Amino acid sequence: MIIILFGIFLLALLVITALAIVRSDNLFAAVILTGIFSLLMAANFFLLDAADVALTEAAIGAGISTVLFLGALALTGEHERGGSQNRLVALGVVTVTTLIVIYATFDKPRFGDPDAPVHQHVGSWYLEKTPELVDIPNAVTAVLGSFRGYDTLGEVFVVLTAGIGVLFLLSARTAGRPEEFPVADDPDQGLRHYLVPRVVGRMLIPFIFLFGLYVQFHGDYGPGGGFQAGAIVAASVILYALLEGEARALRALPMRVLKWLVAGGALLYGGVGVASMLLGSNFLDYSVLASDPITGQHIGIILIELGVGITVTGVLLCVFHAFAARGRV
Amino acid sequence: MELLGLVYYWVFAILLMIGFYAVIAKPNLIKKLIGLSIFQAAVFLLYITMGKVDGGTAPIFQDGVSLYSNPLPQVLILTAIVVGISTTALGLGIVVRIKEEYGSIEEHEIQERDRQ
Repeated sequence: MIIILFGIFLLALLVITALAIVRSDNLFAAVILTGIFSLLMAANFFLLDAADVALTEAAIGAGISTVLFLGALALTGEHERGGSQNRLVALGVVTVTTLIVIYATFDKPRFGDPDAPVHQHVGSWYLEKTPELVDIPNAVTAVLGSFRGYDTLGEVFVVLTAGIGVLFLLSARTAGRPEEFPVADDPDQGLRHYLVPRVVGRMLIPFIFLFGLYVQFHGDYGPGGGFQAGAIVAASVILYALLEGEARALRALPMRVLKWLVAGGALLYGGVGVASMLLGSNFLDYSVLASDPITGQHIGIILIELGVGITVTGVLLCVFHAFAARGRV
Repeated sequence: MELLGLVYYWVFAILLMIGFYAVIAKPNLIKKLIGLSIFQAAVFLLYITMGKVDGGTAPIFQDGVSLYSNPLPQVLILTAIVVGISTTALGLGIVVRIKEEYGSIEEHEIQERDRQ
């Protein structure tokens, strides 16, 4: 009961933040508010038992998406001109649709009902079979990596495609290769002159990186996995780039290496699938990777999660550097 | 209790439409993308809400717990969040190119230049 009331408090804050985002004329303020919105959303997910999703939303929504939006704002200007167009029509459409959707919610199964249709199909089967077939404690990782490995492979390729798309769009005028425009190691770059960000940042970066690795390799046992870890590792490198300037971040991890990471992770994932085919089973059936099917599942899941983590890190960092490089030319 | 549970679905509807309003009524392209991500977050909330089971806990097996929430919606949304940020980044890339070609990211100014 207390938890539900707390959840409703968080939901009220969510609605208020969303209204503030839409009403704000200053895009910089709106972007910072979206960071807060994501953090509140993550807290809500956590209350709804979705620890993995909360971790992802906090790392991606509150961390990386804010940085990307700010990077785009730096190139497009932060002030919005001319409020809303066709305001009354839009308000009318939105109000009517809200009322229809709210009317439809009365037919939905009761909140938390264990007999709701959504729990009657494969969901409960996954929960029942995970200890027997995959034998890892985190059912979310088992479903993501093993039972629905095809879906996840598809998602990784969507991420890969989006990363390639951003590189195509934004490196068009820099003759295709942002790394050929050497960034001078200008001491004024980054936040090096500001004492507090520098000290706090330098202290935090190694721990964020280490936490990313922990989330990557502990994903079988607790909340975590490749998607979250990729975002956290990318966040630590982005923080380094913001503090020390982009030049030093590119010296540590050049674009060349990042592009290999982007493709390498997806190839590793696909390679595990091909390996299981060569060993005489179906694509992405990890049971044949070791003499014992359960060990095979463990090896397969660790390998594909690693592939996911590498691709997500690579894509997020490539996108970040593409936006930053666009500001220089 | 019944009503309290429905609040989650109502907030989904309201957030969905706040995002939709930004997409259709705001002329600024970045604001439209922010609206789209609010819209997307509302859908995430709906899925996660449906996966919750009364008295259940996060689907990570431990001794002495027998009731877990549904892992499937969580898996779908976990990957959707990462795919969402990738597609948003692609959208932002397109907005940056539009700014460079048209000198503006306000919808009516872009349409005016197209008519010329």
